[in-house]
Amino acid sequence: MHIPDALAPAAAFEEHLPGVLKGTHEFRGELTLIIDPADVERAIHFLRDTRGLIYNYLSDISAVDYFDSVKGYGDYGDRPARFGVSYHLYSLLYNRRIRVKTFVDEDVAIPTLTTLWEGANWLEREIFDMMGIHFDGHPNLRRVLMPADWEGHPQRRDYPLGYETVMFSFNADEINKHKPYVKE
Amino acid sequence: MATTSKRPAALEIPTGTENALGQAQTWEGSLEDLRGLVSDRAITGETMLLNLGPHHPSTHGVLRLLLELDGEEIISCLPDIGFLHTGIEKNIESKTYEKAVTLTDRMDYLAPMSNNMVFSMAVEKLTGLDVPERAQVIRVICLELTRLNSHLVWLGTHAMDLGAMSVFLYCFREREYILDLFEKLGGQRMMTSYIRPGGVWRDLTEDFLPALEKFLGYFPGRIDDYEKLLTDNPIWIDRTQGIGVVEPEEAIALALSGPCLRGSGVNYDIRKAMPYSGYENYEFNVPLGEHGDVYDRYIIRVQEMRESVKIIHQGIKKLASTSGHFRSDNRKFVPPPRAELGRSMEAVIHHFKLWTEGFSVPDEEVYVAIESPRGEIGCYLHGTGGNKPRRVHFKTPSFIHISALGKLTSGHMLADLVGIVGSIDCVLGDSDR
Repeated sequence: MHIPDALAPAAAFEEHLPGVLKGTHEFRGELTLIIDPADVERAIHFLRDTRGLIYNYLSDISAVDYFDSVKGYGDYGDRPARFGVSYHLYSLLYNRRIRVKTFVDEDVAIPTLTTLWEGANWLEREIFDMMGIHFDGHPNLRRVLMPADWEGHPQRRDYPLGYETVMFSFNADEINKHKPYVKE
Repeated sequence: MATTSKRPAALEIPTGTENALGQAQTWEGSLEDLRGLVSDRAITGETMLLNLGPHHPSTHGVLRLLLELDGEEIISCLPDIGFLHTGIEKNIESKTYEKAVTLTDRMDYLAPMSNNMVFSMAVEKLTGLDVPERAQVIRVICLELTRLNSHLVWLGTHAMDLGAMSVFLYCFREREYILDLFEKLGGQRMMTSYIRPGGVWRDLTEDFLPALEKFLGYFPGRIDDYEKLLTDNPIWIDRTQGIGVVEPEEAIALALSGPCLRGSGVNYDIRKAMPYSGYENYEFNVPLGEHGDVYDRYIIRVQEMRESVKIIHQGIKKLASTSGHFRSDNRKFVPPPRAELGRSMEAVIHHFKLWTEGFSVPDEEVYVAIESPRGEIGCYLHGTGGNKPRRVHFKTPSFIHISALGKLTSGHMLADLVGIVGSIDCVLGDSDR
């Protein structure tokens, strides 16, 4: 069987989908392609099905919140938006990994990848649950880890970690007042 | 309160009851939320909806399955997880890197070393920290022991689900010995936290290697015993062959990994594909299945146990010839040994800085994946430039495999469900994190 030579992903983008690639980044040998949220499905479909690329295995989808409590809302350093969503793809044929990254704000939805891999279903649900990022066209975008009636998205950086005040004799009455004990 | 019910009148639950707090209680749930997830026949009441779990013994933890049944045939299966969600990823964001290692143990509690390993590797990649050769060999031995530990629990519980009680007892006898070995290494049986960024916590203890060699001496015979009980057993074959079949293309589409993917014949083992910790220097085979059914996944895991024994033997040989420490000597990341504190002022400073502030990592992201006993466990780590991570996300195999349960079980009998759930080897601590 003849296997076509592996292509450089960035060059392939320039040739076949000019304008889609907004930038590349390399750190410790990991290549990151940066694209717009609207292009996610198109670009990853291209990466999956193009001869010489064949990134056919979906390893992971992760999201990160760039909110910083010191800088406040709206200032995310050199990042264009609040959230970054990273798609980690692997090529079973060429044995290499790639990261596709896109930046979104709270009100922007990303096209779903469930049309390409069914396995993306729960990974996207988890990101919706934890970060509150919406995915367009997802068949079942509900919470997966948190209870269905939970408020807020726990993995956001402005979501407090939460703790219980330690009870001492001087503050016991105050704490007991707010505990949800069963009333007589 | 007054909802129109589709139930027969005899099954009607009285309305207007109050709970202990005096609040009005509704017993009627609505099926509207399920529209589109179950077939329309369930909404009209033609097929039956049945809850399995979250406290059912054969769901291996707190996994709830909402089943739609036509007689005994499963029409659809909706897994529901999150009962064991402990916010580990959120908690790690408030801890320094060294302290976060202990939290990773608690995810996949049957393979704690794999979790330590993937997190440590992510930190090492982000900081560019070196790992001495000896530490890498010790890590490989630990990872393979963890694989044996995890596969033994899987084999025992899986066989018990399908009615073979005695295998469980034998498997746990051997697992007990492995836990004793872990105790010799790290002082803990399960939550070892033994693998740390830069190497391992301490060197092998004197009694570890003799005990390990004793174990390796008799363990292959024990695997033969399990196989005698199961592999050619006609009941076992009837219950497992042709059940829960996944085609290779389907397995890739569902993003399965580990034995579930290799059971379908897809040759993807990260130890071979992208070797880490020196796995390229070991000789071992990657068992592959043909049919992608429960039986093939069973055979693969049993063969993997034999391969693990081979790897550990090679690891012990390498230990004798490798040089270097069990942990990196880069004092900016790794605390100095306790003995140095009495002699060196610099060691005291490093000790103080590392245990209070911790070390800083760049504001960059990495993704590291290793082959855990269950499949590909990945760690996405994003630093802030400071001493705590901005985001850590674990891609865990159980999470993905449970999401595929609906696809795997539809069309099968209810009795086959426990076999399929067992064969994907899910750990709920792993999936819920």
